Order: sequence, then C-alpha cells, then structure tokens
Amino acid sequence: MSERKKLLQVIDLKLHFPIYGGLLRRQVGAVKAVDGVTFDIFEGETLGIVGESGCGKSTAGRAVLRLYETTAGSILIDGVDIATLSQEELRKKRPAMQMVFQDPQASLNPRMTVAGIIGEPLDEHTNWPRAKKLERIYELMDAVGLNRDFANRYPHAFSGGQRQRIGIARALALNPRFIVCDEPIAALDVSIQAQVVNLLEELQEQFGLTYMFISHDLSMVRHIADRVAVMYLGKIVELAPVSRLYDHPAHPYTEALLSAVPEPDPSLERRKDRIVLQGDVPSPANPPKGCNFCTRCPKVMDICRETEPVTVEVAPGHFAACHLIPQTAGQTGGAEVEHNQTRIQQGEVV
Amino acid sequence: MTDVGTIRPPRNQWWDVWDQFKTHRGAVIGSIVFLLICAFCFIGPFLWEYSATYIDIRSRNQGPSWAHPFGTDQLGRDIFARMMKGGQVSLAVGIAAMVLSVFLGALIGVLAGYFRRLDGPLMRLTDLFLALPLLPLLLVMSMLFRQKLSAMFGVETGMFLMIVTAIAITSWMRTARVVRGDVLALKEREYVLAARSIGTPNRRLITRHILPNVLSPVMVSATLMIATAIITESALSFLGMGFPPDFPTWGRLVSDGIDYLQQYPSRAMLPGVFISLVVLSVNYIGDGLRDALDPRIRGR
Repeated sequence: MSERKKLLQVIDLKLHFPIYGGLLRRQVGAVKAVDGVTFDIFEGETLGIVGESGCGKSTAGRAVLRLYETTAGSILIDGVDIATLSQEELRKKRPAMQMVFQDPQASLNPRMTVAGIIGEPLDEHTNWPRAKKLERIYELMDAVGLNRDFANRYPHAFSGGQRQRIGIARALALNPRFIVCDEPIAALDVSIQAQVVNLLEELQEQFGLTYMFISHDLSMVRHIADRVAVMYLGKIVELAPVSRLYDHPAHPYTEALLSAVPEPDPSLERRKDRIVLQGDVPSPANPPKGCNFCTRCPKVMDICRETEPVTVEVAPGHFAACHLIPQTAGQTGGAEVEHNQTRIQQGEVV
Repeated sequence: MTDVGTIRPPRNQWWDVWDQFKTHRGAVIGSIVFLLICAFCFIGPFLWEYSATYIDIRSRNQGPSWAHPFGTDQLGRDIFARMMKGGQVSLAVGIAAMVLSVFLGALIGVLAGYFRRLDGPLMRLTDLFLALPLLPLLLVMSMLFRQKLSAMFGVETGMFLMIVTAIAITSWMRTARVVRGDVLALKEREYVLAARSIGTPNRRLITRHILPNVLSPVMVSATLMIATAIITESALSFLGMGFPPDFPTWGRLVSDGIDYLQQYPSRAMLPGVFISLVVLSVNYIGDGLRDALDPRIRGR
C-alpha cells in the first residue's frame, strides 16, 4: 500500500478562525475548525471524509485547496507545499486540483451560460482560440452526460442533478489530477445521488482521478471510497481502509456513527442495538480538555478527561486516536508499541 | 435531441438581452419616447427657424400659434426653441451626472464590500459625504472653481463640468451602500468560491461574477439618478449658482415660468411635463433592461 505514490500529503493542518471581542476588538479566542489533521491520499484512490455537521469536513476540504489561509501545517501536492506558495504560484498550481461543491444551486453563476461556466477555467488558464475552447466544452459535456444543445442555457433551467454535472464538467475542464468533492450529493434526491456517484466513479476510471470525497452519508462513502477518515471536532479520530473501518471500527465515535446507518432488513433492524450519543458536539471554540469526544463517549474513562489520546496504528493502514486502543490492540498482538508513536502531532494543542 | 444539426454555437448574450427587451412593452414605448425627446432637443434646433436667444420684444407673451407652437415669453423669445435648447443641457447634465455618480457609487460599493480592509474607511467616507449639505458645498465650489473653470473651458462648459461634478459627488452614496450590501452577500456565494478555486484573480472575479449580479440595484438607482440630477440642476439654476440667467435649461424655464403661473400656466408646466416624460421613459427603459439582463426572468 505504501509503495503507491502519495499525491497529497497533509501534515498537521490547522485552521483556526479568530474570534474578536471586547472594546478594542482584540482576539479573544479561535474557532478550531480544523485542528491538527494529518493524512495522505495516494494517487488514483478515493479518500472518504465522514463526520457529523460542523466537525470541520468541508473546512478541511477547502483548506486543502487553500481556499482558506491555513493557520499552521503543510499541504504537499507532488511534494510542493501549497500552504506557503504565493498567490501567483498558487494560481499556476490550480489546474491540478479542483473542487465540486455541495449546493449545485449556489455554485453556478446565474448570469453565465453553461458554456461560459464550463469554459471559465479554460479562459483563465489557456489562450486557446475560441473554436478549440468550444470543442473542449462540448467534449466535457459529453463526458458528464449533458446534451450539447444545453450550452447556451442558464443554470436556472436545469435540475439539481444536471447542475451538479455542470459543476463536475467545470472541475474537469483543466484535466485535474485531484478533485475535492465537498458533499456533492447532499443536496440531491436519492435517485440522482446514485447517478452522480456513478458518474464520479466512471470519470475516476476514465481520467485516473484522485478524490477527496466529503460526505455524511456513510453508505455512499462505503460505496465510493477506498479509505475513510472519520472526523470529530476538527480532528481525525480514525482512518482505515473502507472494509476494515466498517467491519472493525476501533473508535467509539465510529461505532456510534456506523450504528446509525439504516438497516434494510426490518427483522435485523428491530434487533439492532443502536448507540445513541447524548448531547451536542462541544463548541470548536472551546473544546473539552483531554479527548475531544469525552463529553459524549459511551465508554468514557477517567484518563479521557485528562490527556489527549495519540493516534496509533491499530492494524496496518488503520489508525485511530483513543485511549481504549492500546489495550484492545494488546490482546491481538504484541507489536503495538512500535506502531504507537508512528503517527503523532496531535498532542500540542493550546 | 442528439441530432448534431440542432446544436447552435453559443451566440452573443446581448442578442438574448435584445430579444427580451423587445418584449417589454413599457421599455419599448419608453425608448421611443426618450429617443423622440432626444431628437427634439438635439436635431430640432437645426430645423427650427427661431433661435433660443433671439429677442423680439413686440411679440411677447403670445399664446400658441403656428409660428410659435408653445407661445413666446415675456421678452418675446420663442418657447419652442428655448425648450429644445434647454433640453440639450438638461439631458446632458442628467445623463453625465448619472453616469459619473453610478460609476463612483458602484466602484466604492464594490471595493468596500469586496475588500474587508477598505470597508471601514470607505463607508466612513460615505457617511461623511451623506452628511455634506449640497447647497453650501456648491456655494463653496462655485466660489473656488467658477473663475478657473470658466477661464479654462468657457462659461457654459465650465459650468456644465462643475454642476455635473457637484451633483455626482453628492449623490453616489446611496448606490455605494446598496452595492456594498449586495457584494457582501454575493462574495460568500459558492460560485465565487468556485471561481477562486479555478484560480480567477480578484479583478476578473469582480467583473465576471460580482458586477453582473449587482446590476439590478445599480440599474434602478441609475434611472432614478437621471431624474434627481435634472431636478437638482434646475434648483441650482434657480438659485443663480448654475448656468448664466439667459441660458435656457428645463429647470430654469420652470423657475422663470413660476412668476407667470397665474396668467400663463403652460409656461411652467411644459418644461415640467418634459422632465417628467424623460424620467418616466428612462425608468421604463431601466426596468426593461433589468429584466432583460436577468436570465431567470428572460424567456418568460
């Protein structure tokens, strides 16, 4: 697995939004939307990011493309750290990384035609003659399954699924290698969700794309992703290959999330023990001491309220941050001590 | 539907705008009226035998006749000719002041809304201008610049420049505030973020995504501005701070006619009617344009 080429390396990424207050508008705190996130994405794979609302999934996705200025940490694409590039150098890097947005209604300019929207990246990064651009626009429309005759129409004339296809075509225009899909299916109805996800998979196969797929729909992530990262309150609590994560979740939060997935078989559904979490997510401006999840964890221990757990490798490629793990891992094998401190960097929070 | 023959290449958007504009009845009538008034003011003087300043004291205070369709004034000048000449100035002042004021307002509004660092200073500047009273400001301006401008450009052009500037710099604030508010909302929209993720630089982000979407409020304030500018110009001329007294403008004709309102009411009302017609037709044109420029309304 680690022989494959790492396309994207995110190391200890932090994104804090400052809070100003008081008479002099001084900074009185920060919303720690993303707080020390480390992960890699290999070439050609799909990394799913799941978590509940407000846990920093979308912010992490946007920060990876540097749509927000990061507070700390580095984002390496092909070994180049884009977190510190100047705007002009960043602009030259943009064609390699694109984004598909959540709300297809809001992500298309209502005053531009479909051809204008899909052609905007071409206008920005190429100086092709008009006919060549139009040829490319038609090619993209074919690739995402839009009728070429739609090129002159405006976004308001399309359904949600079609709009999302326009958004995908725009993201594909410059032959990117890496696409951040920020809940691309959350605003669509279920039959269209399947279409769009299948389209994304086809395109991945066709163009060799790498996805960072942000979603709160666990079954959809299971379908599309190769590896899954679970986020809670700005941190990654568990990261594992998809089958491993769904079959052997190591973190209590992942267990709770998975138990909330609807079960199609009614007899199984009735017998199922759901883990229902109590209370709300704590404010990211004032996270709890110790483990972020200690306020709601059903298996909370004293140590959880005191020290923050470090991320350990439970099994090859399966990482989790929980105080329960050294014990569980100890039952299965003795090699956990070497693995323990391999993935680090989460203990230095203010 | 997949027939290749049916695919039309993208055509210029302005054709769609024109197609929609043609279907807006008010806008079409408005444009015709406005064009007729423009023709009356700018082409009329070449065809009409009387000059606006020719004094024929023996035929003063006449009523409408074939020789003088609107009659003559207290000095025997042909009111028809004076209306044409006055219209030139009023229209020019109205349109020039509108263009300048909307340009200033949109520029300041976009800068303040888009760049957070400029927001505070520019909005305080707007507040400052809102607090400026027009007339004392004009008094000061005419005292300071009248001589210089007259010497540089001649009396009429000098006054024209001064009045247009004065009206523009005292009327851009409302546009700026409305535009700023809209820009603040628009720049958080996802399509702006999408454009940024493509790598569109700020200047093209503004011209391509922000400006077209704040067009509606700008258009509305622009059409209202023409009316305000014409009326402000007449107020200034009335106070003797505008054009010289013998120089006809619609506003001046109204204020001249007020003295004779009892005997000859048409003398004050005719220029008033023309001002209203211009304002109304421009409003309808603006209405039609706004609808035609919005793709969501277009085609309905």
